[in-house]
Amino acid sequence: MTDINLSPLWLSIKTATIATIIVFIVGVLLARFIARRSFRGKTVIESIFMLPLVLPPTVVGFILLYIFGKNGFIGRLLIEWFDFQVVFSWYAVIIAAIVVSFPLMYQSAQAAFQQYDPNVEHAAYTMGASRFKVFWTISFPIAWPGLLAGLVLTFARALGEFGATLMLAGYIPNVTDTIPLAIYFAVESGNMEMAKFWVILIVTLGFAAMLWLNWWSKRNMTAHSNHK
Amino acid sequence: MLHVAIKKQLSHFELNVEFTLNNEIAVLFGPSGSGKTTVLNSIAGLIKPDQGIIQLNGQSIYEAPKVFVPIQKRHIGYLFQDYALFPHMTVWNNIKYGMSNIEFAEQLMDELKINHLSEHYPHQISGGEKQRVALARALATEPNLLLLDEPFSALDDATREVSHKQLLRLHHLWKIPIIMVTHSHSEAEKIGDHILYLDKGHLTELKNI
Repeated sequence: MTDINLSPLWLSIKTATIATIIVFIVGVLLARFIARRSFRGKTVIESIFMLPLVLPPTVVGFILLYIFGKNGFIGRLLIEWFDFQVVFSWYAVIIAAIVVSFPLMYQSAQAAFQQYDPNVEHAAYTMGASRFKVFWTISFPIAWPGLLAGLVLTFARALGEFGATLMLAGYIPNVTDTIPLAIYFAVESGNMEMAKFWVILIVTLGFAAMLWLNWWSKRNMTAHSNHK
Repeated sequence: MLHVAIKKQLSHFELNVEFTLNNEIAVLFGPSGSGKTTVLNSIAGLIKPDQGIIQLNGQSIYEAPKVFVPIQKRHIGYLFQDYALFPHMTVWNNIKYGMSNIEFAEQLMDELKINHLSEHYPHQISGGEKQRVALARALATEPNLLLLDEPFSALDDATREVSHKQLLRLHHLWKIPIIMVTHSHSEAEKIGDHILYLDKGHLTELKNI
């Protein structure tokens, strides 16, 4: 056990962190923009956003391969313009993590932005505040508990991503071998000790995240009921 | 002075109102769903009428089809029915959010007897106190017009009585046009210089002093 290569741990944390930051920013902005508006096609757009949650990760991986592969419409452009291939690179790991974890963030953010009285924002507008100021000083802080819950779920989901990552990024030691992939290939090669190590580590990380999230929501729920 | 002449198609009827108000209190009175809040929201700039004109102190803040001054630039105070205080800010931070001058805000807090609540959060104060904080917050921006959407509906009788007097005193001190929406006929009689009765989008003036 002493010669365990910890690269999957750092790679997983690095990937999940970057994916979470991107998903948080995009998810929050999209949810804020879409949540309280009604327009034609809204349901269709929201269904597309939520799709990775219900699709098997291999299907998500297949679709991503279709988009980012050598002959995919984005993949081909990236190769032509920048001589850059996404598939089987670390960027593929990040893309897979972003796509599969996005619905969790979007759903949490949407709920967070819908749970408070819209007149709170309207009141701020009547006091002369710009849209930007209202977002930063009113909407975001009020929605923060829900956004934080989404952030933790997103990180946990990104950390645990397997199927789509394997389809798009493959298993390349020190490049795309996140913890879930390391577990699968350790078992595959009969190295159960190694697999056990990664399983214990990821269960501990996941459990700690959920424990903290539950503690936080409970604490916050009490505070929230006081706010009403 | 405020002049409103607007039309807006709502789900069951067309809202069609026209009135002019000097520095007086107009009470908009009528059954639920008659379009009262829509009138307030149109004046505040939260929604856009289909056609017409809204002028405040001689300036068009809405004039179909081209003029639509954004809500932030209308200088209109709005007290919402549920007060809409910022739950994560103290009373003082609520009031100073849009305030133009600190002395005026302090004077308002004195007048409304909410000085001692400065450091409290909205969930820590009573309904009557919330209403006074929301009123102070709406007035702290020194608006040219004040809109009140059923400001007293959640208060008990004794608190409501005190609040009526407070509103009349504030109006006496800072003469600006006020439009107040209410369900209560007695409240309308007590407070309004004008009582505008709105039913299914159509306005009738019941009282004019």
